Amino acid sequence: MEEKQYWLDSKDNVKKIYLGVWVACALLLVAEPFVHLHGHFPVEEWFGFYGFYGFIGCVGLVLGAKALRVILMRPENYYDE
Amino acid sequence: MSSLEGVSPALIIMIGALFVPLLRGQMRNIYMLALPFIGFAALLSTPAGDHGTLQYLGLELVTIRLDDWSLIFSCIFLLATAMSVIYAWHIDDWVQQVAGLVYAGGAIGAVLAGDFVTLFMYWEATAISSVFLVWASRTQASYRSGMRYLAVQLLSGLLLLTGGLVLYAQTGSIRFDFVGLEGLGGWLIFLAFGIKCAFPLLHNWLEDAYPQATVTGTVFLSAFTTKLAIYALARGFAGTPELIWIGATMTAFPIFYAVIENDLRRVLTYSLNNQLGFMVVGIGVGTELALNGTAAHAFCHIIYKALLFMSMGAVLLRTGTVNGSALGGLYKSMPWTTGFCIVGAASISAFPLFSGFISKSLIITAVALEGHFWVWAILLFASAGVFHHSGIKIPYFAFFAHDSGIRCAEAPRNMLIAMGIAATLCIGIGVYPSALYALLPYAIDYQPYTGAHVLTQLQLLVFSALAFSVLMWHRIYPPELASVNLDTDYFYRRLAPALARGAGRVIMAVHAGLVHTALGAVAGLARVSVRHFGPNSAMAGSLTAQMLIWTVGTLAVLLLLLY
Repeated sequence: MEEKQYWLDSKDNVKKIYLGVWVACALLLVAEPFVHLHGHFPVEEWFGFYGFYGFIGCVGLVLGAKALRVILMRPENYYDE
Repeated sequence: MSSLEGVSPALIIMIGALFVPLLRGQMRNIYMLALPFIGFAALLSTPAGDHGTLQYLGLELVTIRLDDWSLIFSCIFLLATAMSVIYAWHIDDWVQQVAGLVYAGGAIGAVLAGDFVTLFMYWEATAISSVFLVWASRTQASYRSGMRYLAVQLLSGLLLLTGGLVLYAQTGSIRFDFVGLEGLGGWLIFLAFGIKCAFPLLHNWLEDAYPQATVTGTVFLSAFTTKLAIYALARGFAGTPELIWIGATMTAFPIFYAVIENDLRRVLTYSLNNQLGFMVVGIGVGTELALNGTAAHAFCHIIYKALLFMSMGAVLLRTGTVNGSALGGLYKSMPWTTGFCIVGAASISAFPLFSGFISKSLIITAVALEGHFWVWAILLFASAGVFHHSGIKIPYFAFFAHDSGIRCAEAPRNMLIAMGIAATLCIGIGVYPSALYALLPYAIDYQPYTGAHVLTQLQLLVFSALAFSVLMWHRIYPPELASVNLDTDYFYRRLAPALARGAGRVIMAVHAGLVHTALGAVAGLARVSVRHFGPNSAMAGSLTAQMLIWTVGTLAVLLLLLY
């Protein structure tokens, strides 16, 4: 019996989601001028601060963690005494 | 329910637990579920203030101190007990069942304790009972891990007792109120709480033991020990500025591990550690808003973290693994578990309309109001990071990613019910925060749903999702690999034993060298003696010479015999 095909099994649909994330980000930037921001720190007034901070922070996090693997990673049975 | 007035909910559950082995089948489960409800009834029928006081060795013990702080933590602990019992409904293992209930009861007793001696006794009860949830996995690895866990927990208890006694010697009181970092007693208690709270460098018992516990045991574990420590820290050290940076470090550094860790329950433990950091920062800031934030975040966190552990436990139960490298595509087999996991993920990530949003923001706002810019920036980074590893990585690698080909049954119905309750609470609290806000220790005037807050939070999260997507799309994201990552447990699991072995070898070498030298010296001495006092020497025949030869000879034989 042929297994049921799911919507996510199609590469095109995965690409739609990927592009959807880009669109969502763009919309959140477009919405910013319509919302009154009242931050505690001056940086919060910068356009799209939270978005760019989150993006850069996460890329830094992943690349930093990836680099840490060089030092930290050991085979799965490392502690087998 | 006035007959329950002043009856400790902790004792109801702990003593009640002892009868669990006598019951069978569904009766046992129903009985277990009834215990937290009876405990809750006792809590509700007890007015605020001190109850259950008794004299012990001339000390006044307060076994129940009911105030705003102990009330909210008792409530969430009772709720977590009930959810954990439902989640574990399918198991028939009295060791785990008794241990789980005694552990939960112990945590409630510790939260209600009004003095250091009572606190210590319940503190140790949680340590000793909870290790059985690790050992119940009945593997060599869980046995060893449990041993390390127990050693650390008992050390924490010992520090607490010593600190309490030092304070008693100074003040003549064992009452557990604000302690502060004054003098030896304060520091010892701080360290005791810090260990249980998984401060940086004192943290690794958490990541070591929790992923080794049973499917249902980890759900119990995730709720109590560390949040008991948060409660104790808030009671004893509110407004201690050192905690701000300790907490900020806790939010940031475990998330790097979470990104590269393969065992998804260990990823959740690293993120648990990170969430505790937010609460610790709140305690350090110490304003009413910040402390409310800590209490609220502990409350929400217990529910969504339990939910996440439940979903990964279901995966472990059904597939036999929670390694990201072996999973993927499970949404086809476990759609309900997938959905509940996503609710937990959205809650921990603090998406608007989910519980984390209305609790974490109290802490971050309090930090900003006090003008701690860099701490604020770290918390923001950590918030993005939480979404990244708990919000996306956990559901993505378990349920989506590349299809691992695993086809299994959906989680058992009782697990789905427990997850459903937790998920409902996550959304309920997120949508209607006033109910939780009313339970907080201090009056609160805070509106989480402003346009600015919702927009900025969505920007932070969706751009973090974009970062993940881009890194995945371009295959930069580090793949899940079957591996372990070195953490501070390296020091006591590899380095210390290696040093001990090395030191042993050095001692043996030095020892052998000394023996060799000593023997050489004795032999040399013997040769000299023979030359000067021997048969052909001038001294030959004299009594002294013979005595010397015999003495040296005997010594040499003795040395040889000894070594």
